[in-house]
Amino acid sequence: MLINFQFPILKQGTNRLAHRSRWPPCSLWLFDLLLPNIFPVSSELYFQTAAELGEMLATKKISAVELAQTIIERTKAIDGRVRAFNSFDESDALAQASASDARRAAGQARGPLDGIPVGLKDVISVAGQPLTASSKMLAQFVSPYDATVARKLREAGAVCWGRLNLDEFAMGSSTENSAFHVTSNPWDLARVPGGSSGGSAAAVAAGEAVVSLGSDTGGSIRQPAALCNLAGLKPTYGLVSRYGLIAFASSLDQIGPFGRTVEDVAITLGAIAGHDERDSTSFRTGIPDYRAELKKRRGPWKLGIPREYFGTGLDPEVGAAVQRAIDHYQKAGCAIKEVSLPHTEYGVAAYYIIATAEASSNLARYDGIRYGHRSKTATDILDLYFKSRAEGFGPEVKRRIILGTYVLSSGYYDAYYLRAQKVRTLIRQDFLKAYQEVDAILTPTSPTPAFRKGEKSADPLAMYLSDIYTITVNLAGLPGISIPCGFTGNGLPIGLQLIGQPYLEADLLAIARAYEQAHDWHTRHPKL
Amino acid sequence: MPYEAVIGLEVHVQIKTCSKMFARVAAGYGQPENTLTDPVVLALPGVLPVMNKEAIDKVIQAGLMLGCTIAPVCKWDRKNYFYPDSPKNYQISQYDQPICLGGFVEIELPGPSRNVMGEHKKIPLTRIHLEEDVGKLSHGVHDSLIDYNRAGTPLMEIVSEPALHGADEAFAYLTALKTVMIYGGISDCDMEKGQLRCDANVSIRPAGSTKLGTKVELKNLNSISFVRDGIDHEIKRQIAVIEGGGTIVQETRDYDGQTGASQSLRSKEMAHDYRYFPDPDLMPVKVDEDWKARLRAPLPELPFDKQRRFMEKYRLPYTITAVLVRDRELSDYFEAAARLCDKPQAAGNWITNDLLRDLASSRQSLADSRVRPAHIAGLVKLVEGGAISSNIAKEVFVEMFATGEMPEALVERKGLKQSTDTNELEEWADAAMAANPKSVADFKAGNDKAINAMKGFMMKQSKGKANPRLVDEILRRKLAG
Repeated sequence: MLINFQFPILKQGTNRLAHRSRWPPCSLWLFDLLLPNIFPVSSELYFQTAAELGEMLATKKISAVELAQTIIERTKAIDGRVRAFNSFDESDALAQASASDARRAAGQARGPLDGIPVGLKDVISVAGQPLTASSKMLAQFVSPYDATVARKLREAGAVCWGRLNLDEFAMGSSTENSAFHVTSNPWDLARVPGGSSGGSAAAVAAGEAVVSLGSDTGGSIRQPAALCNLAGLKPTYGLVSRYGLIAFASSLDQIGPFGRTVEDVAITLGAIAGHDERDSTSFRTGIPDYRAELKKRRGPWKLGIPREYFGTGLDPEVGAAVQRAIDHYQKAGCAIKEVSLPHTEYGVAAYYIIATAEASSNLARYDGIRYGHRSKTATDILDLYFKSRAEGFGPEVKRRIILGTYVLSSGYYDAYYLRAQKVRTLIRQDFLKAYQEVDAILTPTSPTPAFRKGEKSADPLAMYLSDIYTITVNLAGLPGISIPCGFTGNGLPIGLQLIGQPYLEADLLAIARAYEQAHDWHTRHPKL
Repeated sequence: MPYEAVIGLEVHVQIKTCSKMFARVAAGYGQPENTLTDPVVLALPGVLPVMNKEAIDKVIQAGLMLGCTIAPVCKWDRKNYFYPDSPKNYQISQYDQPICLGGFVEIELPGPSRNVMGEHKKIPLTRIHLEEDVGKLSHGVHDSLIDYNRAGTPLMEIVSEPALHGADEAFAYLTALKTVMIYGGISDCDMEKGQLRCDANVSIRPAGSTKLGTKVELKNLNSISFVRDGIDHEIKRQIAVIEGGGTIVQETRDYDGQTGASQSLRSKEMAHDYRYFPDPDLMPVKVDEDWKARLRAPLPELPFDKQRRFMEKYRLPYTITAVLVRDRELSDYFEAAARLCDKPQAAGNWITNDLLRDLASSRQSLADSRVRPAHIAGLVKLVEGGAISSNIAKEVFVEMFATGEMPEALVERKGLKQSTDTNELEEWADAAMAANPKSVADFKAGNDKAINAMKGFMMKQSKGKANPRLVDEILRRKLAG
């Protein structure tokens, strides 16, 4: 596409000016001036941010029902090609939107998300809606209860919208492991949107939802955000309740938001964060007004660059884009410091032991007894287990259950699981040590931009390496965000990962926003 | 060759709590199938366990009563195995860090006779840990049904050392353990409701040997007498195998209390690999000294300690104390009555004989009884003070048991006070002697028993109100004269 030659203009145009005037971003102004017709104009309602739409709803320029109808129509128009959704319930969405309008008319609007359609990854339970994990195992399952995040979204007035596709049971990095269909990257329909929260990313990128929720066990929010030109946050482990999230690896899973801007991520995070007495691993901590804090926290910050994250396997265009982001921060007055995270190289190995061990146990409940797929040809109880699970689970899920069962087996536990937990502690200590010197750590999100469908599906290890820069963040329980930081020569988005300190999401979001405000990547939308 | 049996017991006790171990739904028994369930109990996709603090409190209290060391951290592990009664296909349990370590159960073996206290022993415990109960399967011809009402009920497993040496000891162990659990309010231990269940590891060895033999695990010992019978049967079976030149195979056997026979369930080779690992959904909980102190404060005196105290302080006979301390409420009731009348032995007699008899025949519990400790004390005082005879007292008891009227008022109202009016008594004595000349003669001839006919006459005349001591005194004086 046309984007690669724009870097110099952007860089020179923004760095200096950004510090003098925060709004409007100079880059936006420059693009409007110089290249008015190149990029799709983001005036379509479905490409507005939650912040903008919230303002329009508050000032009654639009109604929640109009907004919901716009999103429904957009989805119907393009999802045949994007295939971000497993299902959606049009009348339920309109009913929620109409309730939002009624609240607003009565002067009882509930805040910035009231009336905003929020997409949900199909591992997050919403009462009365399907909950499939994109698995044949749960293809017919309808959940009777609300996840805590779903309840909180309702309390914030949001319109829970659609069931978004994923790699089966969140196991994968491309959404190709869905038992139902492959989701396309809206920027290039021949490519994957990343995963496992590929549907959540593609839906927001394509204008089929304003913001969305995904889950991130090893990069499943940040990597698809990077591949789809979105902001995507994995919060600190324990910040957001996991109650109602289908467990993949309990000690690594976190729910987090996708948005077109850091501000939208902040708004959504504010709605879903906080202690939950239904989740023993959720942390008792005060939840700041993330959106308000964005404007208060201005740096300059000290940023760490871990050399281990810029080695072999990193796509040169991605590396260059991330380097430009580093340069930007430096010019903007941030101190850039090289830090070392020496145990990084063991991250993927430790991750695949811990995650699969937990998964092998978490997925044991899918046995065809109480709900879910039950084999019709089973002859006795063992046969029922074997056949129901053989028929209900896809190959990647089976691979991980087998691996996890193996590493927990008698005689192997100490060599694998226990050792992996020790590595995990070392990785966390690496980060905490680095944070004695820096406020946040800056890395690429994904080693490559979006790859072609089928490109890695025959090679699980290559697929696992898609998450090489994101996995350690889950092992350490830290918050991490991916934000857009450029495009490749052929027009594919590139993501920048910022890794923050435990429970300091407010700082992390402010650091991310400082970059976002000085660039216009996030204002660009795919042509569909 | 004489053999010695070596037995270790694994006792599962359901903890009496309002709600389940890791879910908010009520725990209970006898409800319609699958009504005590919620998404957590049924292990629906996405749910998470949250620990029930009441269950932790109670298991710590159980440990404190049994002299265990309480672990500084309460940690949870997953025990993975597939079975339809386990909704998650793993059980949340405690593997390498049980909440209670060590401790003992004091037991009493049968004495030489009913009236004599038997030998006491302390049976050491290995550990107590907390876990969740499973659901209940019922098997039909073509299908099996599952009731998850029991699933997730807090369950503690109390594991003894292999320190029991016979079916009688196992029986005494279970009886003692059950009493302690009920005393502490930890569990009702109703075996019919599955609140207490027992597996036994049994081995034999030549008497005098210190080496452990190969153990066999006996399952489904569903009542205390089945435990005794099952162990007895297993010891005999093992002896027969050895004597027959065979060897004992390590296995799990199912004992059928109805037929008195056992059969092999699975051998050692088929044992599960449970793939224990720490449950990532639950955080370890610190148990500090303050917490333990708070839990220790309300704990009751243990039954055998109480029995020793009753025997020493109140000079009660063994048999009476054995009855009194079997039930914590009854022993408290006794102490209240004893305090009010200062005649503990008499109070003990009334309670263990008359009160328990009438409660049983009228199918009432002690709590239902209209006779309260003050009634017993009042009655004791009336008898001891000579106001009524023990025969009259029996009548008074029956009436106050039915109505709850205080004995003093009852005696007063019905004019049952015994006569100590010597004039009246002298007249009745004269009449008695006049009416029984043969008895008078016999007595004078040296037959002391002959006085009884005259006493009986006097009691009849007085309608039972004559004071027996005075009757005896006056009659003897007159007969001697």
